[in-house]
Amino acid sequence: MAQTIIEKLWNEHSVADLGDGSHLIYIDRVFFHERTGSIALKGLEATGRKVRNPEQVFGCMDHIVDTIPGRTDETMVPGGSAFITETRAAAHAAGVNLFDLGDDRQGIVHVVSPEQGIAVPGVTLVCPDSHTCTQGAVGALAWGIGSTECEHAMATKTLVIKKPKLMRVTFNGALGFGVTAKDMILHLIGQHTASGGVGYAIEFAGDAVQKLPMEARFTLCNMAVEFGAWTGIIAPDQVTYDYVKGRPFAPDGDHWNQALAHWQTLPTDKGAKFDKEIIIDCGDIAPQVTWGNSPQHESGIDGFVPDPANEEDANRKKSIERALEYMDLKPGTPLEGIPIDSAFIGSCTNSRISDLRAAAAVLKGHKVAEGVNAICVPGSGLVKKAAEAEGLDKIFLEAGFEWREPGCSMCFFAGGENLGLEKRAVSSTNRNFENRQGPRTRTHLASPTTVAASAIKGHLTDVRKLSQ
Amino acid sequence: MEKFTQLKAIAAPLLRINIDTDAIIPSREMKRVSKEGLGEGMFAGWRYIEPGSRNENPEFILNQDPYRQAKILLSGSNFGCGSSREHAVWALAEWGIKAIITPSFGAIFYGNCVRNGILPIVLPDERVKQLAVLVEIDPNNHQIEIDLEQCTVTGPDKKTDEFDIAPADREMLMEGLDAIAVTMKRDDEILAFQARDRIKRPWIYL
Repeated sequence: MAQTIIEKLWNEHSVADLGDGSHLIYIDRVFFHERTGSIALKGLEATGRKVRNPEQVFGCMDHIVDTIPGRTDETMVPGGSAFITETRAAAHAAGVNLFDLGDDRQGIVHVVSPEQGIAVPGVTLVCPDSHTCTQGAVGALAWGIGSTECEHAMATKTLVIKKPKLMRVTFNGALGFGVTAKDMILHLIGQHTASGGVGYAIEFAGDAVQKLPMEARFTLCNMAVEFGAWTGIIAPDQVTYDYVKGRPFAPDGDHWNQALAHWQTLPTDKGAKFDKEIIIDCGDIAPQVTWGNSPQHESGIDGFVPDPANEEDANRKKSIERALEYMDLKPGTPLEGIPIDSAFIGSCTNSRISDLRAAAAVLKGHKVAEGVNAICVPGSGLVKKAAEAEGLDKIFLEAGFEWREPGCSMCFFAGGENLGLEKRAVSSTNRNFENRQGPRTRTHLASPTTVAASAIKGHLTDVRKLSQ
Repeated sequence: MEKFTQLKAIAAPLLRINIDTDAIIPSREMKRVSKEGLGEGMFAGWRYIEPGSRNENPEFILNQDPYRQAKILLSGSNFGCGSSREHAVWALAEWGIKAIITPSFGAIFYGNCVRNGILPIVLPDERVKQLAVLVEIDPNNHQIEIDLEQCTVTGPDKKTDEFDIAPADREMLMEGLDAIAVTMKRDDEILAFQARDRIKRPWIYL
């Protein structure tokens, strides 16, 4: 029978059918970071359990470490250095791999894992971090879990999971000038709400997805969780294989040939059935920005702050009213032109070399508007090095951006820093939740190029106008 | 883990949609590598007036009597979306929440509830709204009854709804089981799977 890639991976990893729609699923790789993984490792220690295959377990410091050049184990997170030192000690005791401070491979988990060839097509990979769905872009079944489940995965090599429903989101057509993968996923969430994907594993497909370079695919899958999905995945193809080949932990030699032959069997069969299908015409997508406190609160940059009076659903109406109060925005205000205090480029959504190149291309020869606090945080030490080799750091610095060490940074108080009380930020991150980037900080999510253009102008800006 | 069988308790309506785990426990409130000491930081951004302070905001429902004694939360859809931080569940549990009733949950949050003795219940949006209205009339006396054995929720109007929960999740909550110990009963199957898999997919084994 025709099968989807998700069903193929599910069946291949099923150790036992538990009879109620749940299966015991074999987990190939576990990743962790110092905020949630530290508790999982210590939990195992406390119960006297061992990590079953420590060579398949990888950790990174990204959530608590600060990103200021010259950093140490000290951090502005209250009590934060204990997360770093205890994670390090527990990781060494368990014998797992750790990309620690001072290692060029250190960075944001979801940047590092594919960069190192740890996430490869066909693997099951879990991490106690909700954006693990990012790694589905290589054709892996990768999803976020809690710390207790992480203990389970490390101790048993398995997790008990209820079979998700299947959804395919097909993006057709060509992306317009200035429109990126970030805009595709924001548009999807805006059209189908932040709970539109609840209960589903989602395959992203269509000619527009096939045309995306590998790094843009990570951005697309990254925000599957913001759509409410269990995870997102993109079938592997030549773009994927070219990206994976030669990476440190990727298969090589005979193993590469065997793996490749297997991976080529994974894409969804013709005629395979999904429980739900969504089709999106990319021609309809403008560069997007959010105006509220849920990723579904978004619009094209050429749009306006909505009027809650026009919303019929009582819950959504209240949610818009509350968001406008928090964001200090009035209905009918054009989004383009809303003044900003901060601009942030980074996070597991948009901190890869192609993101930095795109932002730098906008910034080159320009200065950040007066009074705008602009920060760029590369996703990993290797991204940072590559960017510096190309001179991108100079473009950011000359424009007036700070150039930082890799980590999660301003996405959420990581490192203990924030953007300041009631400051308005345009940010290449994934969550515009209340208080996420600082106390009462007002976050507008956007692509790195929109962030760069807005930083130059000092207000939310249509990058298409700036670049043309 | 504490066992869950039946509960009759005050319910607090917090009907916002998309309540995320950053709201339930802000990053700045996670100060130790520990599952404990998080109850005080629960909903800190809404519960306290100044960010980082402990001055209660009287407008926030869980700062009002008798909702301070609530053991059940009624919420809008997509409760617990966002970050995977299990701290959100540890904070709710420490504060005293035993069950959450909403039209839908964030997937990771749902799993975290089950592993920490909080019962996640999905009911239709209309019924959640109706329960909220009934509770607000007289929260002390209009309590909500939950029976996990029967998988039912009975409102102050004596109307009973059934809810779905995976049998394994139900058993874990009712028996207070250790999930790793349950899985390890199948260890032979796991090891046999791994031995077959090593031959089939040798490139996986680093």
